[in-house]
Amino acid sequence: MEQTQNNNILLSVENLRVYFPIYGGVFIKKVAEVKAVDGVSFSIKEGETLGLVGESGCGKSTIGKSIVRLVEPTQGNIVFTKKDGHKVNLVSLNRKEMRPFRADIQMIFQDPYSSLNPRFTIGRIIEEPLEIHCPNMTKQERQNRVKMLLNKVGLNEEQAVRYPHEFSGGQRQRVGIARALSTHPRLVIADEPVSALDVSIQAQVINLLQDLQKEFGLTILFVAHNLAVVEHISSRIVVMYLGNVVEIGQSQDIYHHPKHPYSRALLSAVPLPDPALKDQKKKMILKGEIPSPLAKPSGCAFRTRCPIAKPECAQNIPNLDDIGNGHLVACPYWKELNL
Amino acid sequence: MENNTKKLLEIHSLRTYFCVEDQIAKAVDGVDFDIYEGETLGLVGESGSGKSVTGLSILRLIPNPPGFIKEGNILFHGKNLLDLSYTEMRKIRGKEISMIFQEPMTSLNPVFSIGYQLMEVFRFHQNMEKEEAFERSVEMLELVGIPDPRRRMNDYPHQYSGGMRQRVMIAMALSCKPSLLIADEPTTALDVTIQAQVLDLMVNIKKEKVNAAILLITHDLGVVAETCQRVVVMYGGKIQEIAPVHELFHDPRHPYTMGLLKSLPRPDRIKQDRLPTIPGMVPEIFHFPKGCKFCNRCDRKMEKCETIEPELLEISPGRKVRCHLFEGQKHGTDAK
Ligand SMILES: Nc1ncnc2c1ncn2[C@@H]1O[C@H](COP(=O)(O)OP(=O)(O)O)[C@@H](O)[C@H]1O
Ligand SMILES: Nc1ncnc2c1ncn2[C@@H]1O[C@H](COP(=O)(O)OP(=O)(O)O)[C@@H](O)[C@H]1O
Ligand code: SF4
Ligand SMILES: [Mg+2]
Ligand SMILES: [Mg+2]
Repeated sequence: MEQTQNNNILLSVENLRVYFPIYGGVFIKKVAEVKAVDGVSFSIKEGETLGLVGESGCGKSTIGKSIVRLVEPTQGNIVFTKKDGHKVNLVSLNRKEMRPFRADIQMIFQDPYSSLNPRFTIGRIIEEPLEIHCPNMTKQERQNRVKMLLNKVGLNEEQAVRYPHEFSGGQRQRVGIARALSTHPRLVIADEPVSALDVSIQAQVINLLQDLQKEFGLTILFVAHNLAVVEHISSRIVVMYLGNVVEIGQSQDIYHHPKHPYSRALLSAVPLPDPALKDQKKKMILKGEIPSPLAKPSGCAFRTRCPIAKPECAQNIPNLDDIGNGHLVACPYWKELNL
Repeated sequence: MENNTKKLLEIHSLRTYFCVEDQIAKAVDGVDFDIYEGETLGLVGESGSGKSVTGLSILRLIPNPPGFIKEGNILFHGKNLLDLSYTEMRKIRGKEISMIFQEPMTSLNPVFSIGYQLMEVFRFHQNMEKEEAFERSVEMLELVGIPDPRRRMNDYPHQYSGGMRQRVMIAMALSCKPSLLIADEPTTALDVTIQAQVLDLMVNIKKEKVNAAILLITHDLGVVAETCQRVVVMYGGKIQEIAPVHELFHDPRHPYTMGLLKSLPRPDRIKQDRLPTIPGMVPEIFHFPKGCKFCNRCDRKMEKCETIEPELLEISPGRKVRCHLFEGQKHGTDAK
């Protein structure tokens, strides 16, 4: 994909763990832990779109929220590269120190209904981050920027005085994008930004994100469960299962030649809009259910559903091994799986 | 491919309207199609196009008020379902025609065990004794792949995962071996690997009763391509195109169908930098254009499209299109 991209790393997530305590009993003490993110490492290059996929509950949103510190990591580092090249571990910052980075890292949410304040006009919603993060801007400058952003996302200036409920789902998602872009962010975390939209609107919003990325040189972490969409927009893809990364690689490699047994099952399960491919495509139907992250299987978390699991898989957590070209796979036995 | 041409259900000029604040919302506005024995028929379209209302109208489950069936005939085994009494309809529901919904939690009663709810279906429709109903229910749970079914009969809906609840709904919907299953977005709330399990299950179960048919309502064109033999495309409460599945995907005729198919990312094809899009958005129900419902978004619009709504024309056997571009291409006499 023609993205302006270099090999400078903008953000690296290092051995991130996020455990949510579960309280119970008479003395309200911790009785269990949800291992939502359980030792995740990956990095995002400047200018690239990195796709993050996996089924619901595997920890995608928790990773996104950890990066913008909407949740506190239990362990690990999130290292952000400043414009001057200096690296900062965001996890070590307190609220005040984190503030300048909030303008640099913005988030777009899945649900364009609940993520916009219903009592604010569209203009105010887009302007708000500017008031917080750009105190030197005058009211006039802020409003000019709001107008510019509305135009950029395909809405018109007159709509600034209207309220979220007057807009359709696709339009609200455009407002969410305009708001996220208001502070000139360098990294945008887009958490399922098109999942709630109709097919024809999905394509419009995907194109918009790509245009804005080119224009503003954005780096995007694109979280989604629709693999065709992720392949289209991303240069590389991270596949997760139950809080762990199972595979990372170039999008085409992941989409066309997935290696990890889970990635292979996931991709074979995607229904393609082409009836002629139905018979030639080998489906790998997994047995059973995704286990609860409260009772995560030992060793490789996928072993309870994996068609090639061995006794050893219960013992060791597999390493993410490089199998060449920066393609990482967390399964020592991936070559044994023949469909 | 099925060559069965026996009609199981015929829908004739169905109109289902809703009263919303002194206005009439024409959710389904003159829909005609047939469901043949043994087929899986897809009903696709974006949200608000009238798919669910069509499905609910067949079972007469339209909430009244605000909704009502304005006119139409729905013939099932030659009987007009719209003429049946409430009690007669109740006997058909769940027994001869059953329906599953997107969110299984809303159709399962949270205060009764899964087993109790399954057994009720057998006891109501087949007058079974308790013991027999119990055994049959365990069999059904086993058939839909619930592990340890005998023990899990006592569980309550919240103790099942989303995928398991949807399989229970399928078990319940199929327990009386209905001849028509209406599945409204049955896998939309599920993850892809679980969706694959559930679709696989529906297809396999249908193989056991060869003449049974499925009306699969979905917005997911991938699901349609993989499971259906024929497809009905809706937009703005009207059918815009009907075609066998291969023809619809490889040679779509209606500008709306073409636009929808082109806007999907296709990693299995040559990489496109930008996705082709349909401009604008689906209007609100009261704001559809007067002529062709799609004309304000259509890239082939002509002058008459704005004022005159095209007819749904049969352009070749088994293919129908509602678009002025195809006028004059009417296929011989009405071949059916
Ligand atoms: N605040 C929280 N408290 C407890 N558990 C949580 C919380 N947020 C998320 N989880 C759990 O963490 C896991 C990962 O959630 P999430 O990151 O939202 O997954 P995804 O975005 O991949 O669907 C899930 O099991 C979820 O229930
Ligand atoms: N209970 C209701 N009250 C009022 N209007 C309704 C109701 N149910 C459906 N409608 C109207 O019917 C239209 C079609 O709805 P529906 O059949 O649910 O669409 P879909 O194709 O997404 O399943 C909606 O746009 C809405 O305007
Ligand atoms: S009737 Fe006209 S506006 Fe409607 S789809 Fe055909 S060409 Fe387009
Ligand atoms: Mg999420
Ligand atoms: Mg619906």
